[in-house]
Amino acid sequence: MNITLRINGKQESIECLPGEMLTEVLRRAGHFEVKKGCDTGNCGACTVLVDGKPVLSCSYLAVRAEGKEITTIQGLADEAKKFAAFLTAEGADQCGFCAPGFALTVLAMKEEFSSIPDEAQIRHYLAGNLCRCSGYEGQIRAIKKYLEAQHAE
Amino acid sequence: MQNNDYPIPLPNDAKLEATKQFNVVAHDLPKVDGEGLVLGRPAYTDDLVPPNALYVKLVRSPHAFARILSIDPTDALALPGVACVLTWKDIPRIPITRAGQGNPEPSPHDRFILDEYVRYVGDEVAVVAAETEALAEKAAGLVKVEYQKLKPVLDFEHALDNPIVIHPEPGIHEMFPIGFEPKRNIAAAYHMEIGDVEQELAASPVKVETTVHTQAQQHVALEPHTAFSYIDLQGRLVIVTSTQNPWHTRRLLGLAFQMPLRQIRIVKPRIGGGFGGKQHIHVEPYVAMVTMKTGRPASLALTRREVFEATFTRHEMRVKVRLGANPDGKLRAIDMQVLSNTGAYGEHALTTFMVAGSKTLPLYNKVSAVRFGGHVVYTNKVSAGAFRGYGAIQGLTGLEAAMDELAHKLSIDPVELRRKNMLHEGETSEVFRIMGEGTEGVAMNIESCKLEECIARGKELIGWDFTQLVHEVAPGVLRAKGMAIAMQGSGIPLIDMGSARIELQDGGFFKLHVGATDLGTGSDTILAQIAAEELGVDMEDIVVHSSDTDHTPFDVGAYASSTTYVSGSAVLKAARSLKTKLIEAVAEKFGVAPKDIVYTQKTFMTADGTKSLSLNDFSYDTLYHDGEKMKTIEATESFSGSKSPPPYLAAFVEIEIDTETGKVNVVHYVAVVDVGTPINPNLAKVQIEGGLLQGIGLALYEDVRYSEAGHMLSHNMMTYPIPSREDVGRITVELVDSYEPSGPFGAKSAGEIGIDTPPAAIANAIRNATGVRLTEYPFTPERVLAALKAAKTQHT
Repeated sequence: MNITLRINGKQESIECLPGEMLTEVLRRAGHFEVKKGCDTGNCGACTVLVDGKPVLSCSYLAVRAEGKEITTIQGLADEAKKFAAFLTAEGADQCGFCAPGFALTVLAMKEEFSSIPDEAQIRHYLAGNLCRCSGYEGQIRAIKKYLEAQHAE
Repeated sequence: MQNNDYPIPLPNDAKLEATKQFNVVAHDLPKVDGEGLVLGRPAYTDDLVPPNALYVKLVRSPHAFARILSIDPTDALALPGVACVLTWKDIPRIPITRAGQGNPEPSPHDRFILDEYVRYVGDEVAVVAAETEALAEKAAGLVKVEYQKLKPVLDFEHALDNPIVIHPEPGIHEMFPIGFEPKRNIAAAYHMEIGDVEQELAASPVKVETTVHTQAQQHVALEPHTAFSYIDLQGRLVIVTSTQNPWHTRRLLGLAFQMPLRQIRIVKPRIGGGFGGKQHIHVEPYVAMVTMKTGRPASLALTRREVFEATFTRHEMRVKVRLGANPDGKLRAIDMQVLSNTGAYGEHALTTFMVAGSKTLPLYNKVSAVRFGGHVVYTNKVSAGAFRGYGAIQGLTGLEAAMDELAHKLSIDPVELRRKNMLHEGETSEVFRIMGEGTEGVAMNIESCKLEECIARGKELIGWDFTQLVHEVAPGVLRAKGMAIAMQGSGIPLIDMGSARIELQDGGFFKLHVGATDLGTGSDTILAQIAAEELGVDMEDIVVHSSDTDHTPFDVGAYASSTTYVSGSAVLKAARSLKTKLIEAVAEKFGVAPKDIVYTQKTFMTADGTKSLSLNDFSYDTLYHDGEKMKTIEATESFSGSKSPPPYLAAFVEIEIDTETGKVNVVHYVAVVDVGTPINPNLAKVQIEGGLLQGIGLALYEDVRYSEAGHMLSHNMMTYPIPSREDVGRITVELVDSYEPSGPFGAKSAGEIGIDTPPAAIANAIRNATGVRLTEYPFTPERVLAALKAAKTQHT
């Protein structure tokens, strides 16, 4: 069967199997920025935005995305580059496997909060994006600096 | 209050000062691949699979121990689109090890790529390949396997000399004596003694004995193990894989398939974390079998459940430490006896076990007698393998618990007990000479050790006051501090070797080729920094390419905290050698002696200032303009360490413990670290922060749990949670000024040391809070509560 959805602003009709999750379908369509980490909705590496809200695409049935607007990190590349500069400046990108899903969640958080979230709010909002390399401290430093710079703009 | 009995040595002279003048090294530069990875550009193995590849699925054992009586692939093969089903009958019966280690490996060759016996739940039984992933999975389910179930050995305490022998099969062997006795379920054994430990203990007025049990731990790198293979235009087998050691992988596959190594190429793209978990062959043999059988590209990405059930864990160990001391706290003897669980196969069995002693016992080098020994036993659990810390974390957990018990017994500050007994700069330990990794060690004088500075700064950062280590913040809720110190190594001396090749390109930039394997740590970046510094160019002028057995020079791989020190030294040597060649070539061009050439700011000048040539112009001259003098200017160098200078770390933790619920939280973890010159301070710091969190996970949450039949219960990230952003308070890492004369620009390693201290420091803090010594890891609320209750019962 085929589903029709918009991926990063582009209307696409793609094949999917019944019961298949959105991660598989997106990767098969060449969206390798959507990573497969845990298969159980725990790690956050597969995060995409569905109609602007972060969801775990490994636990999201592909057919549910019919008619929806899907945004991957590639769809927000310009903004993602700005955040990437802060993340890499802290050396907190490490292996980078969690980074696209994590960065996308950071961008969604920035949209959702009208003012700069405090550290507890940041940690809570991003609790579903796991990282095994960094110990999180460097990422927190990067997020704070990024948000402050964005706020100042 | 500072104890001034042990004067803090002054920072290491002019060399250390010189590091402050570096242009590229010791700078926080962003990782060369960072932005691309954040943007999700295709980079990891599974992003690069050729579109026409077959999907591979593995049939795995549902039993902890069984003999395969028959495998019937008829139904699977009948499915349209199924390419092949391969079993142990399809490959030569060659015993190998899956451990990526030097040659000959210190691990027993006790494993077959596929075998007629299966020795843990998840052990590989058959290989299925089909046109789609769904089809491969369906076909794998249709392969009929008849098993003769055997009684497994699951408890490592009962494995030694158990009547059930896990490896009765003929043909398996050790590569050199490692104490391999499979008939007794012993994968490896070792014993050493310096002085007379029993006599020294008997003569010691103060004695303590502590036994800890550290559990198996999962690496949980976010990228699952993945590989694909194809046959290239020259008929060679190419495997693209998430490996930490391309050359070991090539060598082991050559052995397993009885193929000449020239027929195999291994390529490592970006890796999504390793931590030792990708230092073995887990996926490569199976895609290779399918490609060789069908001639088609084939790919295999393990599911997360397979990563948990069928790749390796940390070695579970029981560590018994006995200390003898004088009443003033002077240590006289250390005895460390270890039992290690290697699971079904003996990968890294001997070496992780020896490191439990070799990278902990030298910390206290003033003893009169020291002994280390024990066994590594087989069980019917998933194999243990390499994992950051590699035995040192297990040994240290025992040693540092015993040190704190000694401090309690003597009523002295545990910090001062350590300062009185620990290793200092300019000293050595006999243990370095006697214990290596699987072999004898290498004698080594310690030229850089800033443990005193680490401790002094750590005390400041945590606010250490020995008279006030505990306070109550709410009824039943205590805050308490604890500490521990650690050392690791920098590569395996005289065994690890890395190489680098640097070549001048038109446009005046350099191509840097290294065999070293960046697992996400940033080694491509720091190796380029080393090259740029020595060649006097900017970071952008170095284009780095790594980890391809066809195109980059040899390197053993990324493990044993080796890359900065071993591969980094190779890069520095190559850059030095290339600089000499460049100067010689320009001198010839100018008709002067090389000593009369000054190279600075990417420009060559004669000493008298009459002639000058930019590096850029010279690059065109040597490649396009200079007629019969034209040549490629390149240098290739290798480095093998004659020593393994340890990095050091002093850890101080503040925990909060709820004595009603047993819940322990880390409020603040402070680690002050001597890594020598940090080539990229941010990358070093973040790597250490990550190691600390992984160690905190081991101490408090992470546990590999099995059913009574040997099925893994903790086989996904719900049942085996790793620490999230909300699970710990603050982590503070600082690097102290230090300069290691034998390292590249003064550098040592940073990869493993971060993980070593949390289990000990947290246990010591709980002991300070409650008076109870917890010894069974991890410290879940249930265990903490049970220990507190048991202690209360004992006292009343």
